[in-house]
Amino acid sequence: MTAPDAHLVRALEAVTAERAADAVLSVRGLTVRFRMRGGRSVAAVTDADFDLAAGECLALVGESGCGKSVLASALLGLLPGNAETRGTALLAAPDDAEHPTVDLLAADERTLARTVRGRRIGLVPQSPAAHLTPVRTVRAHLEETVRALTGTPRRERRAAAEAAAERAAFPAGHLDRHPHELSGGLAQRAATALALIGDAPLLLADEPTTGLDRELVDRTADELRRQADRGKALLLITHDLAAARRVADRVAVMYAGRIVEIAPAARFFGESGPRHPYARGLLDALPEREFTPIPGLPPELTDLPEGCAFAPRCAGADAACAAPPEFLAGVACHHPLGASRA
Amino acid sequence: MLELHSVTAGYDRRAPVFRDVSLTVGAGESVGLLGPSGCGKSTLARVAALLHRPDAGRVVLDGTEVRAWRHRAPRAQRTAVGVVFQQPRLSADPRLRLADLVAEPLRATGRRGEIPARLAELLPAVGLTDDLLGRRPHEVSDGQLQRACLARALVLRPRWLVCDEMTAMLDASTTAALVAAVESYRAETGAGLLAVGHDRVLLKRWCDRTVEWAGPNGAGEPVKALAGG
Ligand code: SF4
Repeated sequence: MTAPDAHLVRALEAVTAERAADAVLSVRGLTVRFRMRGGRSVAAVTDADFDLAAGECLALVGESGCGKSVLASALLGLLPGNAETRGTALLAAPDDAEHPTVDLLAADERTLARTVRGRRIGLVPQSPAAHLTPVRTVRAHLEETVRALTGTPRRERRAAAEAAAERAAFPAGHLDRHPHELSGGLAQRAATALALIGDAPLLLADEPTTGLDRELVDRTADELRRQADRGKALLLITHDLAAARRVADRVAVMYAGRIVEIAPAARFFGESGPRHPYARGLLDALPEREFTPIPGLPPELTDLPEGCAFAPRCAGADAACAAPPEFLAGVACHHPLGASRA
Repeated sequence: MLELHSVTAGYDRRAPVFRDVSLTVGAGESVGLLGPSGCGKSTLARVAALLHRPDAGRVVLDGTEVRAWRHRAPRAQRTAVGVVFQQPRLSADPRLRLADLVAEPLRATGRRGEIPARLAELLPAVGLTDDLLGRRPHEVSDGQLQRACLARALVLRPRWLVCDEMTAMLDASTTAALVAAVESYRAETGAGLLAVGHDRVLLKRWCDRTVEWAGPNGAGEPVKALAGG
């Protein structure tokens, strides 16, 4: 396929512009560099652009080390001291006059800690057990978070905590248990309940299904989907394509720090499939598909090639790929795959 | 053959994680053991890898009954089984460079001389490149570290491989690559495999046969028995 025609590109950009107007989160040019000893620099995230609307779930997928978790940490202001960040990440709250739009990348730690984390962004963490304090019951965790994040008077906190548990389908009968007395699935629900207390319009779930059984993955995924259906904007960061398929409206694929494709989930997982060769390779590696790995390893983020970072592993690479591919019509590739090659 | 006969094991004799479980893997066979998390299959994997002494029952490895576990097991038995766990960061010594991590079993068994040749063979097989060898675990991704852990499990050319949720943290492509590395090692050496996991689609695709972890799995109730075998 040659370059998509200009008409199509304009049409797509118009759609994107419209989406941006009611986006809860609007990320442009997000770039993270880690300064290392000896003047080296790790290009962890480069020029990430995406929007996320209320009621929508975007799954950010890719292998470990591709930059997806760094991107999440950047949005939360939780990067280590040697990180340098560029770009913007606007968090809007359209119905909320009290909270103006804030640029998460420019805000200071005090603002993030006091008004953003927990209140405007709820975090569903990767290992819930590690997130919970072992000596306190689930109820104590919930009541403490209710106290910290909402103005609920003392005598109403118990009810508020129980309501939060119910929203995350955490059984009331287990509220007085300690974290180590919970199964993996219940610990995950407790963590989700905590993330929901601040009633944040944006939920950020960082590998919430790692280490869970397929059944619990499905249940966790469904619970997250329910939150999106209630109007939350949900950014799901995962390496688990099956979980992404179950929840996401759109899928963004990251490779070597760049978003290389953003596609509607139905198209991505459906017959026509992904258009970026890396995304196609990732999907084909599933045991229910070809079960063949993509050859080679991802490039070092300290030493990225000039052109397309996937070129050394790509069967379709040619001379054109020595130049960096632009992100056009949802894919960053000089020779995106068409439906005919599915 | 790798045989587990009526094994009961756990961390507290009064409340074992499972009771009376039997399982046999034939020479060169690959068996997938499927079960939900918390059912005790990881403990069973540790028993089969001679890393955890069962409270009752027998383990027989290639016709010889196992009478001692962990470092007390005779070297011939210990080195006959390679094992890979779910979380490479918990099982890899953070101070070791990847090259030393992989070579450590050779060093520990007094076979230093074989290190260069064995590394040269193994690293391409698991998809690791030379530039990664000097790194320490925190300087590589989970996928790269798990590749090193697999190489380490294979470095003594075990006749048996036990993989406990080896790919649960990994993306689809790295999963397929590690499974392919295990399978080409088995094709070359005839080694048998016990792969423990919860991903039915994966284990059905990977193994000659799969076995379901049977029995109730409610709160604190021990699993009673294992179908198949
Ligand atoms: S730009 Fe070229 S090398 Fe990169 S993914 Fe597309 S075809 Fe492959």
